[in-house]
Amino acid sequence: MLYREAGDFKTSYHADNQTFPIKFDRIGFWITMAIAFLVIPFVINDYWANAIFVPFLIYAIAAIGLNILTGYCGQVSLGTGGFMAVGAYACYKLMTAFPDVSIVIHIILAGGITAAVGAAFGLPSLRIKGFYLAVATLAAQFFLVWLFNKVSWFYNYSASGQINAPERFVAGVAVTGPNTAPWAQYMICLVFLTVCALIARNLTRGTVGRSWMAIRDMDIAAEIIGVNPLKAKLTAFAVSSFFVGISGALFFSVYLGAVEVGEAFGIQKSFLVLFMIIIGGLGSIFGCFAGAAFLVLLPVALKVLGVDVLGWPTDLVAHLNLVIVGALIMFFLIKEPHGLAQLWRLAKEKLRLWPFPY
Amino acid sequence: MKMKTLAAMAIGATMAAAPAMAELVIPDLSYRTGPYAAGGTPFSDGYQDYFNLLNARDGGIGGEAVRIVECETGYNTEKGVECYESTKGEGALIYQPLSTGITYQLIPKATADEIPIHTMGYGRTSAANGEVFNWVFNYPANYWDAASVAVNYLLDENGGSLDGKKIALVYHNSAYGKEPIRTLEALSEMHGFTLSQLAVDHPGQEQKSQWLQIRRERPDYVLMWGWGVMNQVAVQEAANINFPMENFIGNWWAGAEHDVTPAGAAANGYKSLNMNRVVDYPVLEEIKSQVHEAGNAAGDGSNVGKVLYVRGMYAAMLAAEAIAKAQEIHGVSAVTPAMVRDGMEALEITNARMAELGMEGIGPEFSVSCQDHGGAGQGLVQQWNASAGTWEPLTDFISPDDSVIAPLVAEDSAAFAAESNITPGCL
Repeated sequence: MLYREAGDFKTSYHADNQTFPIKFDRIGFWITMAIAFLVIPFVINDYWANAIFVPFLIYAIAAIGLNILTGYCGQVSLGTGGFMAVGAYACYKLMTAFPDVSIVIHIILAGGITAAVGAAFGLPSLRIKGFYLAVATLAAQFFLVWLFNKVSWFYNYSASGQINAPERFVAGVAVTGPNTAPWAQYMICLVFLTVCALIARNLTRGTVGRSWMAIRDMDIAAEIIGVNPLKAKLTAFAVSSFFVGISGALFFSVYLGAVEVGEAFGIQKSFLVLFMIIIGGLGSIFGCFAGAAFLVLLPVALKVLGVDVLGWPTDLVAHLNLVIVGALIMFFLIKEPHGLAQLWRLAKEKLRLWPFPY
Repeated sequence: MKMKTLAAMAIGATMAAAPAMAELVIPDLSYRTGPYAAGGTPFSDGYQDYFNLLNARDGGIGGEAVRIVECETGYNTEKGVECYESTKGEGALIYQPLSTGITYQLIPKATADEIPIHTMGYGRTSAANGEVFNWVFNYPANYWDAASVAVNYLLDENGGSLDGKKIALVYHNSAYGKEPIRTLEALSEMHGFTLSQLAVDHPGQEQKSQWLQIRRERPDYVLMWGWGVMNQVAVQEAANINFPMENFIGNWWAGAEHDVTPAGAAANGYKSLNMNRVVDYPVLEEIKSQVHEAGNAAGDGSNVGKVLYVRGMYAAMLAAEAIAKAQEIHGVSAVTPAMVRDGMEALEITNARMAELGMEGIGPEFSVSCQDHGGAGQGLVQQWNASAGTWEPLTDFISPDDSVIAPLVAEDSAAFAAESNITPGCL
């Protein structure tokens, strides 16, 4: 009844091309934004920030990055963890080398450095495809982790090989370091996520995004109709790595504050982000949010339910968690290969036809 | 039905979140899952069983019951942070994360929240400098002590000189494994031995190439900084290349029963350091009779008396003594984390007290001060007897070389203080 195009008249091309053509969606979007920006910062505490919101926001950025590469351009990548590590270490080196420059600039520059590294590792994608490309990106993952472990310049020659985020401020408010208020942590991640999502959404709607999708759907046909595969694939790698780099920088500086490359950015991280976009939905920005929320919230929810409510032993709950997450991944792959985003799309489709669906 | 479950969850959440009155809350960030569970489980069992014993026997500490809040970290730093955040709201008095990686995360956070951390024989070594790390304690010993103790033991074995000897360090490629390198490098310069470093990546099941290199280089001694499944694999690989086991020395996290039993008789003679002597303490009997028979055992109760179980119990004893000390200093039984910190800083462990607690000689005597959060730093060397299935202490507690370690601690903590804008001083 409420959710339909009828009656929502568009009088300009601009209005016709907007991101949310249905009024109900637009209202929903602004309500979500209002809650995210105006309500949550005032009620958030340390636990909610560190256990749920900050990891969710950061993983959503990483998922957007990977989704651009894998979901929109069709290039499978297992190097997400390695690229996040590039972002984190670039951010650390910039933070310690130029302490007077704003952390926001450092995070964006860290994204830029990751974009350059990502484009370099994307070069083989011009020759190899599918599984073979996945193996090439896997090499990037292992090489980058090895590099940050081996070369002590990257961690400023500290005895333990750990990198620690010093305290940095945005407009006089600490956003990194131990004295950060939970709302400050949350807000900086939220602002970065909002900007990244808007950029990603608009990129995928424009020429660049269409050339990515053309390459994904059939690269030979795309080449014949005039899409330059070199440009399309390398821009996909660069843009994707830019977002992944930003998420890595935030993951290190805002969320954890101290990381060790093998543990924080290992192959598991690559798989985790890959699962997020598979469960969330390949080729969908909404899917990035849904997948990140699902994989961040589920373990916490299972833990609260199993340990705090039911009082089961912690190891049993930890094992059950693995079983349940694994089973759900399989369930989704079988029942809904297009992920949570497709469920959402179907639900909206049904709503439009309601009360007379066919 | 759904509403009912939701309501139950909400009640459970509020109950869990409500501050419990008149209880001493001790979080146990344990790991009973994953590749490091073999070490995490007995430690956590010992840690919890001792507090349960205090509850059953003495009614807690100073008349206050102890409530343990267990949280599974899986040795993963992200989960460790989540566990820290979820437990600190309940009034956590002291953290014992049993992971160097998680410790690095928690040092700045706990300092800001003013909750003490006790990292017994792990964590950041330079936290021994209490003037920089006000809230972090790593008594009775730390990694650099361990490196020095191992070298001192080898010096003793070789008539006081290691000149021209070759020592290989097999280490877990993480903050934990990298910690001793700086000290060993300083010691190698001082004593004239050559040090070769062989990194093993997490989780440590792939060590063929490292041991092939050892076979080729033929070092006189191999030192190991390993943890979890890495230890078992290393002992097996050493046996495979016929490396003389008595020249293979693990640190104190690489010397428990489960590390050597998989290799069977081939592991006979393997040595490791230990910071707590393992014998049949009377307190273990009390735990069995008052905790296990009452059905309050943590875990399945099969780990009593094992190396890491005893170490977990030792850690709990040190925490309990610090809380008792805090109660004595401040004259209240319901202590706060800040009071526990004062208790830890004034802690004094004597042989008489350890005997009184039914664990005579479990560790060295030591006292803590504002300047020195590191304790005595002593460790002993033990050897595995495969046929008897026991670790036999070979030496008494050996002292580290403080002339080497003290400047390194001062240098590293000064760097941390400069990095984090800390003005060293006592609280």
